[in-house]
Amino acid sequence: MVEAEVWALLEEIPDPEIPVVSLVDLGVIRSVDVDNGRVHIEFTPTFLGCPALEYMKRAIEEKVPGAEVQVIQDDSWSTDKITAAGREKLREAGFAPPAPRLVQLQSQVHKCPYCGSTETRLENLFGPTPCRSLRYCDSCRQPFEQFKTI
Amino acid sequence: MREQQLLAIADDELFLGWRESEWTGIAPMLEEDVAFSSIAQNEIGHARALYQLVAGEDGDVDALAFDRPLEEYRCAPLVELHLLDWAHTIARRWLYETADEIRIAALKSDPDPAVAGLAAKIDREETYHRMHAEMWHDRLKEEPRFTEAVAELWPYAVGMLPEDLRPELAVRTGQVLPSDNLSQAHERGTHTDQLAPMWEEMTEVRRSAPAGAQW
Repeated sequence: MVEAEVWALLEEIPDPEIPVVSLVDLGVIRSVDVDNGRVHIEFTPTFLGCPALEYMKRAIEEKVPGAEVQVIQDDSWSTDKITAAGREKLREAGFAPPAPRLVQLQSQVHKCPYCGSTETRLENLFGPTPCRSLRYCDSCRQPFEQFKTI
Repeated sequence: MREQQLLAIADDELFLGWRESEWTGIAPMLEEDVAFSSIAQNEIGHARALYQLVAGEDGDVDALAFDRPLEEYRCAPLVELHLLDWAHTIARRWLYETADEIRIAALKSDPDPAVAGLAAKIDREETYHRMHAEMWHDRLKEEPRFTEAVAELWPYAVGMLPEDLRPELAVRTGQVLPSDNLSQAHERGTHTDQLAPMWEEMTEVRRSAPAGAQW
């Protein structure tokens, strides 16, 4: 197996909570290393309290038999690691993708994923999972989930 | 020493996470039900990651979290308090997050990259806890019930931090540090009588299962 094949397999694993995006789209696969048939995968959690962490680790081990999966608890993941394709898939599914970190720190503008309006307001900083806030669009009168920028 | 410092923070996050989860289902409004449940989940996630750092990659995190003798837990008395009043609950949230930001900032420049990296990751998530705490603080800061709760919990909040970080906490919260002729801080290393019942409830299922049970 070569590295590209491992990446292709990982691309097929859906995020258990937002299945429209894969683990590769989410940017949680930090590295894939194939050496003499040994596959080593470094994986970073999104939020530390994410209950899907163990599930995702097992899903990788099942998808890539024999792979050694190492969970990395450092600061290498942020929402900026979500790929462009991943952001578009989130938006299509009704989740407002997180703004880039540098942009978010300077602006409090949040766009509605349905109509594109910026006339939206915060309903709750917290939502159904640690990674999401709840907002409401005053233009199309649609509540929506905002992926938090971290 | 290092291990004790990390365990202190991990124990704070675990027990406070448990206390915050006690509002699940009974908070004054639905939004706070969701907020407290989510905050609790994050805090317990931080505890887990810190225990993992202490235990090593293949170490037993659950054993550290649940199996230590009660006197070996390093949590601050602030997180042990069973608070059933919203003003006190928000006062603790605000004091805790302010103190936590100060100690996590210190850990972010730790010479050990594993500690500094995890601290930075924790800090990203805590940003949202602080926004929530500040929002409530702005809303309640003129209310006597809230200011009285802050004054009552202040000596507990001081006990969360080592001596060198306390002046910054006092500045940020507009409080005065306890001194000999005023009230004393409720120091880490001492426990309230509210820890034992919480620990017993938290570990009841685990203790009832036969050794080696797989969850």
